[in-house]
Amino acid sequence: MEKERQVLVVFPHPDDEAFGVSGTMSQYVDMGVPVTYACLTFGDMGRNLGYPPFATRESLHSIRKREVEESARLIGLTDLRLLGYRDKTLEFEEPGHLKGVMKDLIDELEPSRIITFYPGYSVHPDHEATAEAVIEAVKEMPEDARPALQLVAFSNNTLNDLGEPDIIIDIDGYQERKEKIMAAHASQTGPLLKSLAADTQEGQDARDMWMKYETFYSYDID
Amino acid sequence: MEKINREEVQTLLNRYQDEKVYVHVEVTSGMYASHMDERVFNAGMFMRNVQVVFSQGAIRGGDNGEFRVGLKLDNGGWIYVLGLTHFEVNDNDEFIMHGFNYDGKLASALEISTGEFFK
Repeated sequence: MEKERQVLVVFPHPDDEAFGVSGTMSQYVDMGVPVTYACLTFGDMGRNLGYPPFATRESLHSIRKREVEESARLIGLTDLRLLGYRDKTLEFEEPGHLKGVMKDLIDELEPSRIITFYPGYSVHPDHEATAEAVIEAVKEMPEDARPALQLVAFSNNTLNDLGEPDIIIDIDGYQERKEKIMAAHASQTGPLLKSLAADTQEGQDARDMWMKYETFYSYDID
Repeated sequence: MEKINREEVQTLLNRYQDEKVYVHVEVTSGMYASHMDERVFNAGMFMRNVQVVFSQGAIRGGDNGEFRVGLKLDNGGWIYVLGLTHFEVNDNDEFIMHGFNYDGKLASALEISTGEFFK
């Protein structure tokens, strides 16, 4: 990992940062790199309301807001932007609207690197809408001013279409912090945390998947 | 939330009868249903902050703790939700019914309030 001028992380749901990216974000913070996390929704349409349920559709908004604020604190972020869109609705915003929001963020922060989802390979329509908005905004920038793109892809056809990820971040030394970050999203991560702690094959698989490396794809805009 | 008590829910439904109320209606398998299992055809819906008046509301069923609620609207229309298991009236006086599936995830919801739900 090289030192960046500014990293901008853009995801639609509180906890999107936790699983695949929080170790990387923490390392940037520890290197002294300014990291901004823009989170577009409060994840208020999530199906997980706790195990057993401690939230409702109406209280999930404020619960997940607190969770992502705690996650940001554990990562060490000083710049968390909660943009307040409704979960599931991003793809239905007026065409170009989200691109404009991304452009404003990029103009303000001048990031040297952006971490977001990979368009076409990120499963959830909110992920796709977020990824597309970022890519469209970057595409309109002059080539020499564009930030590097570091993208998360996890749809079932990812490996087949894109091959192995080319950015592999070793998060050795960050496991404990990452586990706390995942635990901060308690309404969403109950069962996963249990399996991470379990002395079973499933537990080992979960630790191998989340606690060793965080992997990404670089992306060139043609 | 607590498990549905049929009498209590019926009493609450009666309380909202014949007045303008906002509803949140939702059925969901989650956005990852067909990512996890490609044999699953993923359907779902939500309607939020839709204003209706119902002239009769009733709770039926209850086998395995799973209930149905039907609202007969004053314009002849209907609202119907299947698979409701839990309920509460929250601090904002919103009447919330949720259905949790066997994994503890939200599968259906019907919420009724005289005031608008959070936007």
